[in-house]
Amino acid sequence: MSAGNGTTVDYRVLPSDVAERMARIKDRDVVLRVENLGKIFAQRGRETVALEDINMNVHRREFVCVVGPSGCGKSTLVRILAGLEQASSGRILVDDKPVDGPGPDRGMVFQKYTLFPWRTVCQNVMFGLEMAGISKDESRRQAMQWLQAIGLERFAESLPHQLSGGMQQRVAIARALAAQPRVLLMDEPFSALDAQTRVRMQTHLMEIWRKIDITIVFITHDLDEAIYLADRILVLKAHPGRVEEVIEVPLSRPRRAEQMTSAEFQATKAHLESLIHTPAEETPDEFEGTEVPLLTLVTDVVE
Amino acid sequence: MSRMSGWALYGKVGRKSRVVLGGLSILLPLLLWSAVSYVPFIWHPQVLVTDPGGEDYLEEGMRMKRADFERAVQEMHAAGQKAPEGVAVNPVYLPSPGGVFSAFVQAFVQPDSRGPEKSILQAFWHSIQIIFWGFVISSVIGVPLGVLCGALPALSRLVEPSVDFLRYLPAPAFGALMVAILGIYDAPKIAIIVIGTLFQQILVISNTTRKLDFGLMEAARTLGARGKRLMFSVVVPGILPDLYRDQRILLGWAWTYLIVAELIGTSSGITWFITQQARYQHFANVYAAMALIGIVGLGTDMLLGFAARFLFRWKQETE
Repeated sequence: MSAGNGTTVDYRVLPSDVAERMARIKDRDVVLRVENLGKIFAQRGRETVALEDINMNVHRREFVCVVGPSGCGKSTLVRILAGLEQASSGRILVDDKPVDGPGPDRGMVFQKYTLFPWRTVCQNVMFGLEMAGISKDESRRQAMQWLQAIGLERFAESLPHQLSGGMQQRVAIARALAAQPRVLLMDEPFSALDAQTRVRMQTHLMEIWRKIDITIVFITHDLDEAIYLADRILVLKAHPGRVEEVIEVPLSRPRRAEQMTSAEFQATKAHLESLIHTPAEETPDEFEGTEVPLLTLVTDVVE
Repeated sequence: MSRMSGWALYGKVGRKSRVVLGGLSILLPLLLWSAVSYVPFIWHPQVLVTDPGGEDYLEEGMRMKRADFERAVQEMHAAGQKAPEGVAVNPVYLPSPGGVFSAFVQAFVQPDSRGPEKSILQAFWHSIQIIFWGFVISSVIGVPLGVLCGALPALSRLVEPSVDFLRYLPAPAFGALMVAILGIYDAPKIAIIVIGTLFQQILVISNTTRKLDFGLMEAARTLGARGKRLMFSVVVPGILPDLYRDQRILLGWAWTYLIVAELIGTSSGITWFITQQARYQHFANVYAAMALIGIVGLGTDMLLGFAARFLFRWKQETE
């Protein structure tokens, strides 16, 4: 395989170790099954189809990223998966049981910081355990273990606002995981962070994921992030939101930052870009008709 | 001293400026009042007669307009009789700061009632009981109902339109009705305070509840919280600092209804004291009683504000 020349590498050709890994993943149980999911928003008598006929299976311990152009409904999809919004059609099954409404079997990490500001870091992580009816002492014990796992046990008694954005998101991940969900849903969790912190958080997330039995569905608009993290990438297209393609990422694990310059990485990225930014797919957006006025008209031109 | 900060639009006020300005906001009105009271050539539109002289209709201790007094002096001069004497004074309704201060001190030094008259402290204690019960009864209904209305849209639709109508009816309009229902003593007074506070309370608190960060609610729901647990683990602690602030403001409103309430039925409390003293023209006592209301009102609010800093440290620091 010739490294350095992206054009000769086909993103669809998996290296043998990756192919074996994919095969193993597909042998595992399906934890999250989405069947013919559709979502129609009705607003002032007009109906907008946000999602149409979405099907996907996420296997145990698989890491799936969802990407797509803005307006493709990827956030709507994850909110429906979390039960925060109702699907218009289709159904969602977790461990082959249909789900309705939010529940502790699907944890969620939001883009916004959503730690409870009046609870200490430790109490935040305890929240899901308390809601499950576990005693305070036991909740605290487990929460401290989670904080150790994410390396923030020193901040157990701090309040969220005393932590940086990256640390808050780490606590949010621990809080979601402490409730022992089957699937962890992440809705652009790192997009509010600066570039450096974001890369560190990605590595950190993969460390956690490697150590524990958790299935992750991760929404992002950052293609590098999607390729770097995912086993498979679900590409949505907009208007209406449909599955365009499912890509198996041809990178071996454990992932390292160096892989981002590899030919496979670049080929995958080039393909994703072509899918997401095709001019034909470009739909009228909010920038249309807002040309910058000719500023020179109001200046004195002395020539 | 460098230029005082805080005079730029939307600028910031430095710590030193804040202290200076805060002091001035109390000192300046007091200085103005003292100047008007103690400097004889500022205002002093009346004359207090100390010696009627030859004028028949004058009496010692009588107040009259300066122009009338001067005319009387001239008339006596012309008639060759003894001219009346007097000192320039302010009208009886403007006592000096010193007079009000001594009346204020008197209230504490001599708290026993003289005869059937109630002392200022006894009268005020009665007022405080009225306002306390009014506010407690209003809060016991208004706070839970407001929180529920804010959290349950259906309940809000059911309750808020009628409450919105009721809050526009001025509380004093219920006076006669309350006396007819509850008699003439304390019950109708408490009822007026409840009516004045409760309807606002329901609306203000439901609004505060609605403003809870929706992201926190969604996060809690994905963590398995629902129903009563969601209410008491997320909604209540999340809105508590704002609810506390609302209650402080509403307590201020309750005070404004107190005076009206105390005039209903048999007049009572500090209002009765004030009207009675005004009737005797003891205006120093009137001002002392008014000052007492202000000081107690501001004092409780400052105390509650101070407590909030410790109770809701997380909110203080995030803002």
